Amino acid sequence: MNALPLVLTVFVACGVEAVEALTIVMAAGLTREWRSTVQGMAAALVVLAAVVGALGPALTLVPLDPLRLVVGALLAVFGLQWLRKAVLRASGHKALHDEASAYLREVTAARQAERRSRRGIGDWYAFTLSFKGVLLEGLEVVFIVVTFGTTQGSVGFAVVGAAAAVLVVAGAGFAARAPLARVPENTLKFAVGVMLTSFGTFWGGEGVGVRWPGNDAALLVLVPVFAAVALGYTYLLRSARKPVPASEQPAAALPAQGAALPPSKGGTSQAAQGEPSEEAVRR
Amino acid sequence: MTWLRSAGAFAYDFVIGDDWLGAAAIVAALIVTALLVHIAGVNAWWLLPLCIIAALGWSLRRAVAAKP
Repeated sequence: MNALPLVLTVFVACGVEAVEALTIVMAAGLTREWRSTVQGMAAALVVLAAVVGALGPALTLVPLDPLRLVVGALLAVFGLQWLRKAVLRASGHKALHDEASAYLREVTAARQAERRSRRGIGDWYAFTLSFKGVLLEGLEVVFIVVTFGTTQGSVGFAVVGAAAAVLVVAGAGFAARAPLARVPENTLKFAVGVMLTSFGTFWGGEGVGVRWPGNDAALLVLVPVFAAVALGYTYLLRSARKPVPASEQPAAALPAQGAALPPSKGGTSQAAQGEPSEEAVRR
Repeated sequence: MTWLRSAGAFAYDFVIGDDWLGAAAIVAALIVTALLVHIAGVNAWWLLPLCIIAALGWSLRRAVAAKP
């Protein structure tokens, strides 16, 4: 397969994850303390590098067909999950992912948490918020890089795509000194869901012994077919959605920019103890 | 043990997420495809995409129906 689709897919998928990690890092850095935030980010990057260092070479020892079967099945399942959420969001059955709103929630929780030093870290809350955010979003990047890279026998190209995405997002974020709320994240997630499902189907099929018509060119059919199907499902769900009477509509879908948000579910108690919850970070 | 359980729960949520039935449908489709290819000698390349499209529709239908 040409390296370009691989690099582009990894770039977009990792870019989406990087935008989410950036929101958390910005919330920790701007409201708490940059030094501890950067320490948390650096610690997470070390853990992620260790995971790639351990998994990458280990997976290259596995024969290609079983590897493609396992990776294809995992990607198809993973992609289906992304696509399902993307269709539900696009059809109005699930709230759109909004970085501005996520940022406000993190900032509110970060302001409420007390400052505590631990293990030589000036602000333990900022450290753990940044560490968990970068680690959890980074694990998705690692998963995509390792699966795409090893299956195509070009981990280098996958790493280039991921590194470029992280650098572009980090550069844009630090230049703007704010979360990247204008990135069309929901559209990108829709596209990534289509790509992950298409690649997962292709590799899963190859893994069980299928010979695709046209070999690699089958991907050029799978991608538009899955995109068309997902758009079709979105249209059907949107048409079937009953209009909500004005009297039952919420007063405002989101609070105004800068308004205080209610504390996050599960985040307040842990925030008060100086540690953000995993759920708060994943949201 | 707690760490292992947390890691397992994270891995499950990470890959499978809210809908284990969709994941099970994909695994079942891969098994049936493998059987068709290796036992019946049918190059069933069409089965997996069809099953994934059906699984997505089924999963969406259940997600929407489950909403209050």
